[in-house]
Amino acid sequence: MQPLAITHLALANSLGLGATATIDALQSRRSGLIPCAFEDVDLETYIGKMGVLDSCRVRSDLSAYDCRNNRLAQLCLEQDGFIDGVEKIKVKYGKARIGVFLGTSTSGILQTELAYRHLDSQTGALPEDFHYAETQNSYSLAGFVTHFLGLTGPSFVVSSACSSSAKVFANAARMMAAGVCDAAVVGGVDSLCLSTLYGFNSLGLVSRFPCRPYDADRDGISVGEGAGFVLLERATAANEMLLLGVGESSDAYHMSTPHPEGLGAKLAMQRALDAAGLKASDVDYINLHGTATKSNDASEGKAVADVFGDRVPCSSTKGWTGHLLGAAGITEAAISMLAIEHGFVPGSVNTQRLDPALSINYRIENGSGKIDHVLSNSFGFGGSNCSLVLGRPV
Amino acid sequence: MRLYVEGIGLLGPGLEGWPASRAVLAAEAAYIATPTNLRASDMLPAAERRRAGVPIKLALAVGQEAFQLAGRDTRTAATVFTSSGGDNDNVHAINSILATAPREVSPTRFHNSVHNAAAGYWCIAADSHEPSTSLCAYDASFAAGLLESATQVTVDEATVALIAYDHSYPEPLHTVRPITASFGAALILTPRQGERSLAAIEVDFVSGKAQETTMQDAGLEALRRGVPAARCLPLLSALARGKPVQISIACFDDNHLKVRVLPC
Repeated sequence: MQPLAITHLALANSLGLGATATIDALQSRRSGLIPCAFEDVDLETYIGKMGVLDSCRVRSDLSAYDCRNNRLAQLCLEQDGFIDGVEKIKVKYGKARIGVFLGTSTSGILQTELAYRHLDSQTGALPEDFHYAETQNSYSLAGFVTHFLGLTGPSFVVSSACSSSAKVFANAARMMAAGVCDAAVVGGVDSLCLSTLYGFNSLGLVSRFPCRPYDADRDGISVGEGAGFVLLERATAANEMLLLGVGESSDAYHMSTPHPEGLGAKLAMQRALDAAGLKASDVDYINLHGTATKSNDASEGKAVADVFGDRVPCSSTKGWTGHLLGAAGITEAAISMLAIEHGFVPGSVNTQRLDPALSINYRIENGSGKIDHVLSNSFGFGGSNCSLVLGRPV
Repeated sequence: MRLYVEGIGLLGPGLEGWPASRAVLAAEAAYIATPTNLRASDMLPAAERRRAGVPIKLALAVGQEAFQLAGRDTRTAATVFTSSGGDNDNVHAINSILATAPREVSPTRFHNSVHNAAAGYWCIAADSHEPSTSLCAYDASFAAGLLESATQVTVDEATVALIAYDHSYPEPLHTVRPITASFGAALILTPRQGERSLAAIEVDFVSGKAQETTMQDAGLEALRRGVPAARCLPLLSALARGKPVQISIACFDDNHLKVRVLPC
């Protein structure tokens, strides 16, 4: 594919607000995971929670959109000079020529979960102040962001579970190649809700401890919340940070368990390398999906070993952030870019003893070195896989 | 963007498959809105078939029909799923369970609650490892799906199955998001004309609001307005008539798709 320039980046998650907070936490090995204290959830687990979301509100002219997910979207857009970046490209291309392609898995469903506790005792009706389109509907996120930023180009939400905000890079790349838009806001937002906490718990996939990716004793995920956005523009010679390739695939195996041999993961990684015109040996670091479930890490580990052997340093950063579900793809793409920019190889917090069955170059300790090209994996329920290749010009 | 329609699938109230609906959509026969005839797909293994809710039944029925009409192996196409909601019965059930103790959401309810559940079941049933995406754009979900499919066909030169579906919420959500029927439609879209091509379509994304193309028949127009996925009806009607025609499909208030249909 034609490489695209990544010209702005904004991040917000339990490590803090702004990209600097994330890189600082990674470098100082400070995890954002805390014992679960969210609404009245009675599960023994750790979560990556952003307490600031309890008290903030969305911009008053968009108050119908007020919900935890859109508050998080706004808070993230306000970081890292992102709004100024959008204003500049609005002047450059026009507001109608900028697309908005965002990923989320649960959107504002927390609003509905809470509203169901307050149904009218006579009629069973939802509370008067419940706004379905602006909160619960999956499109709510893209609707909010387009209005917040004053953009009128093409927009939609990709909701393919935990691959959502990786896949949006491919949507934007195609839209720009087809001439539908000249630039795009790409990203994802997912916020804590009861559906995911109790849902993952029902599948036996929630750890009682802070998650331990690729550990021999790993026993499940820690759910987190977070957001990330980037601006994509057509690349020029001056650009340093590029989206080089995207690979997508489907497992065709099971709704909630990855293919045991990592068939879909392998296809996604190989397609991403092919799209970037790179070989496996050109990759300097892999940010793994690494959810810390038994099945994900075993399947992904085999796939990485098949495609890359045991040479390329790799790690999962979910021990820091928790699993950000529909925001995992963008957050880990952003961490990959920070790794390139800082010459920094993230290790893996909480992981104590590596799974000896997986023969990959998994890094527990942080490291440093020249990183030009990173591959980032995001895999989701329904067997939806996406790999991104990011880096400096090839 | 120019693409070719190679197969069509359709299931909705009084619309029992493409061949049986063609005359109605071409305004050559009267439209009678009988309830949508939902059935579990024989494409799915028995265990998955039991777990399939309305959207999965809709998506698999129309997807299978479109591939059969195209004479195409289901393993050979990328898929674009689009829906305003997901499994709306399941969302209601989970919210009800979470509002009362004990909060025992079953594993099946949870994995069926993801917006891409229909895509996941389809890929298993179709044995497809090709890229698959699941989109939402509220009332513009069909337009978003068609736009995304058009870029995949023209930029990636992929053959794409576009599968759109929506169905009603139970109360209390039905009051705040009234979707009036179960409806699904599928199009197999290819980059080049082939022996089985039914029509070429040219899709352009245009800034600004335009007068949407509506359905002449009052019942079909009510269906178009009542179900986000049924915003495809003017396109299906144009394909049924088999004459060159241009239609307009809204993408919210800001934009629209201009679609020219040119029969092969």
